[in-house]
Amino acid sequence: MSVAPKDGLYGVYGGRYVPETLVPALDELERGWREAENDPSFHAALDALAASYVGRPTPLYAAERLAEGKRILLKREDLNHTGAHKINNAVGQALLARRLGKRRIVAETGAGQHGVASATVCARFGLECVVYMGAEDIRRQAPNVERMHLLGAEVRPVEFGTKTLKEATSEAIRDWITNVETTHYLIGSCVGPHPYPEIVRELQVVIGREAREQVLEQEDRLPDAVVACVGGGSNAIGLFAGFLDDPEVRLVGVEAAGAASLGTGRAGVLHGARSSLLADEDGQIADAHSISAGLDYPGVGPEHAFLRDTGRAEYRAATDEEALAAFHLLARREGIIPALEPAHALARALDLDAELVLVGLSGRGDKDLATVLERA
Amino acid sequence: MKRLSVYLMAGPETPELAQAAVEAGADLLELGFPFSDPLADGPVIRLAGERALAQGMRTARCLDCLAEVRSRVGVPLVPMTYASILEAYGYERFLRDARAAGATSLIVADLPIEARPDIPRVQLVAPTSPTERIRLAAEATDGWLYLVSLTGTTGSREAVSSQLPDLVERARSVTDVPLLAGFGISSPEAAAEAASLADGVVVGSRAVEIAHAEGAPALGRFVGSLRAALDAVEP
Repeated sequence: MSVAPKDGLYGVYGGRYVPETLVPALDELERGWREAENDPSFHAALDALAASYVGRPTPLYAAERLAEGKRILLKREDLNHTGAHKINNAVGQALLARRLGKRRIVAETGAGQHGVASATVCARFGLECVVYMGAEDIRRQAPNVERMHLLGAEVRPVEFGTKTLKEATSEAIRDWITNVETTHYLIGSCVGPHPYPEIVRELQVVIGREAREQVLEQEDRLPDAVVACVGGGSNAIGLFAGFLDDPEVRLVGVEAAGAASLGTGRAGVLHGARSSLLADEDGQIADAHSISAGLDYPGVGPEHAFLRDTGRAEYRAATDEEALAAFHLLARREGIIPALEPAHALARALDLDAELVLVGLSGRGDKDLATVLERA
Repeated sequence: MKRLSVYLMAGPETPELAQAAVEAGADLLELGFPFSDPLADGPVIRLAGERALAQGMRTARCLDCLAEVRSRVGVPLVPMTYASILEAYGYERFLRDARAAGATSLIVADLPIEARPDIPRVQLVAPTSPTERIRLAAEATDGWLYLVSLTGTTGSREAVSSQLPDLVERARSVTDVPLLAGFGISSPEAAAEAASLADGVVVGSRAVEIAHAEGAPALGRFVGSLRAALDAVEP
């Protein structure tokens, strides 16, 4: 299940499509990761931080008032420190950066959740932190920008192109190219050049591993379906990984309708990897559109493209309106304000033809209040 | 004689610009095929790419542009682009059609040595490349080796990178292919300094900037000043 992909390839996806300057850094990262993976002290440090700093394990909560005729279980990643699953990856990569002797971190962020997680672990480990964020996202996710400032990170606005996650990622990579000898690129999703998709997946697998144990404990059976939202796809791959070897469990990824890299995309290369992308027939990357900054990205992790092609996972879309409706429903029925990203997953979980559905509630919605109130 | 390569972004004015650059002494032209997300490029070439895309410079029109440049100049012409363009067009098909349009080779900014060994191209090496990778790149490269003279993206810099001498020395220790240094070289003085180490230089962002702001005659004057500076370098 957690076998390393051969040469960083997931079928025909993945790989390394980066300027030469970065190749030796990726080799160094891969060596460092292999050593860490096989080092019990790395896992001990990670587990200790997960328990005392992140707040793991997160609960599996049965949302009994949410839907009739089915049982919906929420994996509460919103209860993590910093309010989303992003911290799982950030803590692990901060430990890795420290092993590699890198004192400076660059990161990209869309919704700001990964930016906050990065700023948090940098504060915790005494690392310099620079976060690239699209100007449009800075506008719509203002509370997270303030949080990053409080945590001591520098937020650099990206003022060109789509002014969203795509451009922020490009600028973070350009920064890394420029400062590669001192800097670790703390990528926030299971995207990018090998070995990043594998590292992020392995650091998020904890979601699926816990969820599987909890559902067996609480329900005495496996769920019929596991549903998670997919932007780059890190919370989905972490959750799915726990159930990949249970063929009777359907895996359902939910993309934003205007950013359906898997649903309507084509094979192409973006940000260092080959995957399924929103691109035109000439290979130019198309603009994504979503109310949710965290899903507003024209690419997706290569493993998801592979899981789609093999049929092991299925990918659907939810519109802005559907996500908003699910957002309000969860708030009113269960007293949980979700982030807009997992509200997409909830929307599809509600109409999924399945009895016991496990949904990844990847983050909390405080950051989205302004966006939601604008639409009210 | 030290070689001078000038980079221009494909566009409606490019044939005229290319002719001016060659008449002023460019030995080789790199022709940018724009990509929406050019990771190796700094702001000048990124913006030039955005303008080109807004003018409709998609792959087919870039190939037309290449053919028109070829009809005006005799020097080697090398398309420079990103993997996404080739993925969409087809690697072999691109190679065939670019050759038919007059291309001499190809540069792909985000395709490391290991990827697509079947596609002949000018390989890039960087200050971070271990010497063993430089040797592999030199064995695989098509004609000359592109030395990325600094760790960073394309764009003008005040001075020649302090990382260049070591890179040249390591490359010389493993290969005899010509070495052209690029990235950050933007003035005649810097060109001369870099060419005193390498076999030639690539000037991109500054040329693109002058071509856009001032047109072909100004580009010709700039290239002429680079040529004169290179010709004054001891061989």
